Amino acid sequence: MPFQNPLMQLFGQSPFKPMQEHFRIVLECANQVPPLLEAAQLGDQAGIKKSRDEIFRLESDADDIKNEVRSHLPRTIFLPVDRREVLMILDLQDSIADTAQDIAGMMIVRDMRLPEKMHQDIMALTNRCVDACNQLGKIMEEMDELVGAGFRGPESDKVMYMIDELNKIETDTDVHAVNLMKTLFSNEEQLGAVSTVMWDRVIHWIGDLANFAERAGNRHRLLLAR
Amino acid sequence: MDTIALFAPTLLAIGIIFCVFMCWGIGANDVANALGTSVGSGALTVKTAIIVAAIFEFAGASLAGGNVTGTIRKGIIDPAQVASEPELLVFGMLAALLAAGTWLAVASVKGWPVSTTHSIVGAIVGFAVAGIGIDAVSWGKIGKIVASWVVSPALGGGIAFLLMFSIQKLIINSPKPSESAAKYAPFYLFLVGFVISLVTIFKGLKHLNIDLTGLESTVAAAAVGFLVALIGKRAVSKVTAVAVENPKEPLEAVERIFAPMIVFTACAMAFAHGSNDVANGVGPMAAIYGVIESGGEITKKSAMPFWILALGGVGIVFGLATYGYRVMQTIGRKITALTPTSGFCATVAAAMTVVLASKTAMPVSTTHIAVGAVMGVGLARGIAALNLRVIGNIVLSWIVTLPAGGILAAAFFFMFKGIFT
Repeated sequence: MPFQNPLMQLFGQSPFKPMQEHFRIVLECANQVPPLLEAAQLGDQAGIKKSRDEIFRLESDADDIKNEVRSHLPRTIFLPVDRREVLMILDLQDSIADTAQDIAGMMIVRDMRLPEKMHQDIMALTNRCVDACNQLGKIMEEMDELVGAGFRGPESDKVMYMIDELNKIETDTDVHAVNLMKTLFSNEEQLGAVSTVMWDRVIHWIGDLANFAERAGNRHRLLLAR
Repeated sequence: MDTIALFAPTLLAIGIIFCVFMCWGIGANDVANALGTSVGSGALTVKTAIIVAAIFEFAGASLAGGNVTGTIRKGIIDPAQVASEPELLVFGMLAALLAAGTWLAVASVKGWPVSTTHSIVGAIVGFAVAGIGIDAVSWGKIGKIVASWVVSPALGGGIAFLLMFSIQKLIINSPKPSESAAKYAPFYLFLVGFVISLVTIFKGLKHLNIDLTGLESTVAAAAVGFLVALIGKRAVSKVTAVAVENPKEPLEAVERIFAPMIVFTACAMAFAHGSNDVANGVGPMAAIYGVIESGGEITKKSAMPFWILALGGVGIVFGLATYGYRVMQTIGRKITALTPTSGFCATVAAAMTVVLASKTAMPVSTTHIAVGAVMGVGLARGIAALNLRVIGNIVLSWIVTLPAGGILAAAFFFMFKGIFT
């Protein structure tokens, strides 16, 4: 029997829980990037393919949740925070998965082995960027508590502090990226022009993982701003 | 006069059947709305909710329900207009009961958000206009009733907002939320007990021949409030001991402390609902009984026999057990968005508003007040997502229910008139 009553209609679907779910998947996706690059450095085709498939699958799962959240968030839904900020955070979360997908796509279509001496630097940058994503993950896990607290009070201060931490990690990744770029261009003869250009692109993508995480964090700041 | 004398037992029997039918509709649908927030916040199982509803609906109807019943039975229609033809009033009230009951049943099946109050008021106005004349309706009173439909959800929302806001200020956003919760919880319970019993005592106990002065009432209400707070403190203290020891998730602890308190608010809400909505089913029946009992005289003062209220109570419990059970289960599963704190605020605010409204003898819509209260909580940032389109649905349900109840009642009125005369 189709039963609707005004009380039940009153409760819109909360976007916050699905958004946490979304980011958990995105985070899993981002955490596949270090093993992917590692496999790429070793030229381990099976390993690359495994990570690439995993990233593509997770990205598609995340997309489904994203669409679900969006379709339950019409203008008539009233949220404790600005609806546009929520949608923007969702978008940025999704960009992280998309970026991981771009990196995976490049690794599979082209032989992306780097000289030995660059391995450590590239992994350090990647791990730091994934750290930024993980920090955003911690912030997202506080989301339901924040909703309960009305985005105010000590809970909000705690999250503010976590966002500061995220900003520090992102600044750190910038330093790593600049150093890595220097090394890349100093080795451009050995690498060849095409490889250099391609790596320039990939390093930007890796850095984007942290950039998107930071931008999402800054949007969280707006949710908490009084 | 002759008609009534001739068919008295038949009319009374039909009246009882229709009254139970209408009350069945109230129990099947409306009670679920009244207790939906309690069940939805997870603190109350459906079974407990039904037991609570059965007891407190009945208590509310018999202790504080008299005023609204009075309005339904003689406030909407000017009895002087039908003094010469009392059977018209009997037919009309029968028609109103059947029309409102039918409309409720149809709406429930179709899933339209209608209000029992609006159905019965629409039905009574409908038969009066069609059967007696446009002057038979006390339009001034109708105006007040309609105004109360706008004011009461707003009031419920306002109270809910203030409650939620105070809980956030005093408890959730304090440095040690779970300790603050344990500290302030009894005060909130006191408030629930105090307000509900104060209003009940002020107006409801008159027909039980208990007459208290203002001060005595206040003291008695404070005593009840204190008692409620005391019982609540015991219930809460069990949870608190565990919650305070585990400060890892302080906000979750607050919710756990508030959960047992929902039982009290559910009682209050069922009481409030009984005091207001049982009248919708029982009022017309009382009018029918009054006319038949006095042998055709439309008396302004006839005693409200207790068995009619009891009839309403039985009808409601019957509706709850046969159909409302399922509705409540659905609500319980669907409203996961409601935490115990926000459920508490919404229910308390709604209960207070309904009881206050029944003090002024206004038949208000419990459902709409509950919706208003939930919105108030939402505005205080206590709920993650609210669908504001419901306001549109409510306005639409007004526009549809009033004429629908009226037209049905008018048709049934002429049908009864044709059968019995």
